[in-house]
Amino acid sequence: MNTLIFRTAAPLIVIVMLVFAVFVLLRGHNEPGGGFIAGLIAAAAIAVYGMSAGVPAVERALRLPPLSIAGVGILLAIASGLLSAVVAAPFLTGLWTFIHLGETEVALSTPMLFDFGVFLVVFGTVSAIFLALETAGEAG
Amino acid sequence: MGALFAILVGVFVAVAVYLLLARSLLRMLLGLVILGNGINLLILVAGRLTRAAPPILPAGVTAPDGPIANPLPQALILTAIVIGFALFTFLLTLAYRSYQSLGTGDADAMRQAEPVPPPNPPLSY
Amino acid sequence: MAASPDISVAVLVAAPFIAALLAPLLCRVMGRYAAWVLALAPAAIFVFLVTLIPSVAAGEVVRARYDWAPAFGIDLSFAIDGLSIAFALTISGIGALIVLYSGAYLEGHPHLGRFLGFMLGFMGVMQGLVLADSLIALYAFWELTAVASFLLIGFDHSRMVARRAAFQALIVTSAGGLCLLLGALLLQQVTGQWDLGAMAGQGPTIAGSFLLLPICFLIFIAAFTKSAQVPFHFWLPNAMEAPTPVSAYLHSATMVQAGIYLLARLSPLLGGTPVWTTTLVIFGGATMVWGSIGALKQTDLKQMLAQSTIASLGVLVLLLGFGGETATIAAIVYFLAHALYKAGFFLIAGLIDHETGSRDITALGGLRDKMAASFIAAILAGVSMLGLPPALGYLAKEEMYGVPGPLQWLEIVALLAGNTALGALAIALVARPFMGPLIPTPKPPHEGPVAMLAGPLILGILGIAAAVLIGWTATQLIVPAATVLAGHPVDNHLGFRLDLADPAIWLSLATWALSALIYWRLDTVRTTLRRLDSLLGWTADTVFDLAMAGLLRLAHGFASTWQNGRLRFYLLVIFLGLAAALILPLVILGGLSWSLISPDLRPPEWGVFALAIIGLAAVVFAPNLLVGILALGVQGLAIALLYLLFGAPDLSFTQFMVETLSVVMFALVMIRLRLDTHERRTVPAALRDGGLALLCGGGVTAVLLAILAKPFDDRLGAFFAANAVPLAHGRNIVNVILVDFRGLDTLGEISVVLTAGIGVFILIATARRVLPTETTSLAKPRRTRRPRAAKPAPEAAP
Repeated sequence: MNTLIFRTAAPLIVIVMLVFAVFVLLRGHNEPGGGFIAGLIAAAAIAVYGMSAGVPAVERALRLPPLSIAGVGILLAIASGLLSAVVAAPFLTGLWTFIHLGETEVALSTPMLFDFGVFLVVFGTVSAIFLALETAGEAG
Repeated sequence: MGALFAILVGVFVAVAVYLLLARSLLRMLLGLVILGNGINLLILVAGRLTRAAPPILPAGVTAPDGPIANPLPQALILTAIVIGFALFTFLLTLAYRSYQSLGTGDADAMRQAEPVPPPNPPLSY
Repeated sequence: MAASPDISVAVLVAAPFIAALLAPLLCRVMGRYAAWVLALAPAAIFVFLVTLIPSVAAGEVVRARYDWAPAFGIDLSFAIDGLSIAFALTISGIGALIVLYSGAYLEGHPHLGRFLGFMLGFMGVMQGLVLADSLIALYAFWELTAVASFLLIGFDHSRMVARRAAFQALIVTSAGGLCLLLGALLLQQVTGQWDLGAMAGQGPTIAGSFLLLPICFLIFIAAFTKSAQVPFHFWLPNAMEAPTPVSAYLHSATMVQAGIYLLARLSPLLGGTPVWTTTLVIFGGATMVWGSIGALKQTDLKQMLAQSTIASLGVLVLLLGFGGETATIAAIVYFLAHALYKAGFFLIAGLIDHETGSRDITALGGLRDKMAASFIAAILAGVSMLGLPPALGYLAKEEMYGVPGPLQWLEIVALLAGNTALGALAIALVARPFMGPLIPTPKPPHEGPVAMLAGPLILGILGIAAAVLIGWTATQLIVPAATVLAGHPVDNHLGFRLDLADPAIWLSLATWALSALIYWRLDTVRTTLRRLDSLLGWTADTVFDLAMAGLLRLAHGFASTWQNGRLRFYLLVIFLGLAAALILPLVILGGLSWSLISPDLRPPEWGVFALAIIGLAAVVFAPNLLVGILALGVQGLAIALLYLLFGAPDLSFTQFMVETLSVVMFALVMIRLRLDTHERRTVPAALRDGGLALLCGGGVTAVLLAILAKPFDDRLGAFFAANAVPLAHGRNIVNVILVDFRGLDTLGEISVVLTAGIGVFILIATARRVLPTETTSLAKPRRTRRPRAAKPAPEAAP
């Protein structure tokens, strides 16, 4: 697994995959994509990184432990639902605002935040599982 | 065509059941993955297969202008795929740990819960 | 009465329970005097009931009703009429004396408070039983008496014999209780009423119903188990393991009389029918004979009394079976007389045991000087048991011998035999311990304390007084009870008469003579009977033990067959059930439609179809696991392409990613483990598994085809498609459904994913190196020689 070619190519692959994941996440509401797929792509990127550079390097790069990232994700998802309390609407009502920046119109919404939360959860969990299996494999 | 794929679903389930009845834990895991795929296919077929366009509306329109695929089963299946994957990883780790702790992956050899021979019940008052 | 019936009955029923709750505390605080205080509760109840006697005797019934389960029409209803007040007076009166006695008998015992609590609790439950008007309330109290009896018999729970006796009593009487419940339900079906009072006059209805036989059968089982009739009598002698106050109270005067009470209560409804008469006469007679023989065999005072109780219960059942006015009155009088003298005798037996340390009748003698008061009490009780005037027992015997019946001579002989044996026993109980030379006993004999003497003396005096004042007793107590029992007014001709034309008096004389004869030759009789006993191998007792052991083994065998710990067996059963659940409804109710199948796929779709089949076949027939995992990837790929072809790009995307990740993870784990990966299924097993798999697959296909045959309701899909842009501002309808329309589902889903992740993390983080010798692992030798890695376990994340 730890060949020179792999070690050299891995960072490039990882970066591309991560950017692609974010792209898929953001366009999911209107085109094929979404939080789940993005999370899986990002987790695959982490897996590649882990296999090439080793688990400690990945953990340093992630700063937070991956399960904590997943926890942040679920908190974000719940918070996006609670935001609707501001306008006295039931839990998980979608709130939308449209910001006009010159010609383009950017939509900010609670479903977007929710999708981001989903992304973080899937990314965090699958990364955690991968890294745990890697670690167990190394110790075993 | 839905009926033909109904047969395919049946094949998936049959293969999955056959594998789930295996002795080796890892083979059971294979069966589980196949079962998950089969049931997802079941949901899709039950929601009626169409060769129509994917449920993505073109820009600018508020309603689909032609027949589109049924979006609801797809949403359900998406959830099912991800949860199935999470379950699969959990069971994989469980199989790995049981290999580590018990030294075997043979389901017939794991008798921790009900030891052989079963202890006799107390027959006194 | 100033208070309304509802309140006074509620207080009446609840008072013993309150006293029971206070008992442990009082015993801890007051020590020896707690029993005196606690005896006030049943004494007060007794006094209150006495004040009710005049109105009840005049025919009034005191009723109280409390809501219990209005939806079913079941009320907690009580009725105090002649029959219940007679029983209730014995319960509370004897109860008060027993509580007093127990305080002195168990003085210094660490669990005295608990004991008195149980006794008072039992008193409350028993009283509730005799006062209950609703069948369900009766059943509830019935079962509670069984529980109370269990607690009291097993009071000295450190001895296995006591535990066994308690257990046996509980099983036998509870089985009867279940029969009572069923019988009560059937009775309600026939009469349409839950309350016994409301059922009055429905006798003919029940007799004509086809449910008469089941009802009678069930009620008889309930009564026979509770009142120790043959063949359910074996628990009563064993129940003598309980402390003597318990034997005196429960197993002679009150609890075992519950069956008698039940039969008496239902007598106006079920009595007179051939099945009633035949069964009760046969079983009652058999019990009487069996109990008499049993009593003559014993040397332990308590065992003699226990067996004679069985005989007396047999007499009561016999009389209830006869029916008719004379038998009814005889039954009531005998019940009262028996309660008084039997409780008295038990208390005296306890006194003798407490003061001398022995209960063996062959090892006691000459106590009349040291225990004079006990002697007097014994004489009073013995006179009643033998049936000498002026005791209540004499009046009972006279009534008994006056009962006319179809089998005149047989009945007379049976009753004569029974009374003779009991009479002989009475003489033995009085004469042997007290008369003759003083035999040395383990403890030097001296008279018991007042608390213990009060009981037998008062009971004995009452036995005489009730007979002497027979005018009052008959009109106020006996006739009202008999009226309820018979269902119509009865004539009373109780009294002391000397009418030489009446055969009853000659039969009484014969009884006394024969009793004296048997007593004179008691030891010979005993040895002969014991020798006959040794010829019989088995008793009902041993049958019970065998039955219990057999039950346990059966349960154990059943559990170890069906819960044998083999995962594959469980899965086999589950899938068999699945196949049955899928296929059977379609076969039975119709719905199989194979006509839909038509080959109308385009080439790409055929290609994907074929790819899926190839992948599946490869997984099944893979020579080792690695090939199997790769084949898994092939079938996942086929599925992803299928999604793509049928307009589900999101699904296809996800399926690709998941499939890839699955294969990678699988391979990751596989490589770490050096496994024997060959599939080793034997041909029969493969055939069996394959057959089941085909059944399940076929079932799923059939169900799916049945679904496809139905018209499709597209309202939901149309709603989502129409509202995706206007409401949710999104053009990817699937994503919109996931994060907006059905966001709560997705929230649940990510929780599941997170939980799985936590589970994996914990499993890995808590991995410890397990020593091969510590576990039951079937590790191959090479694993023990594997060098332990020097790397430390990963640090658990906070």
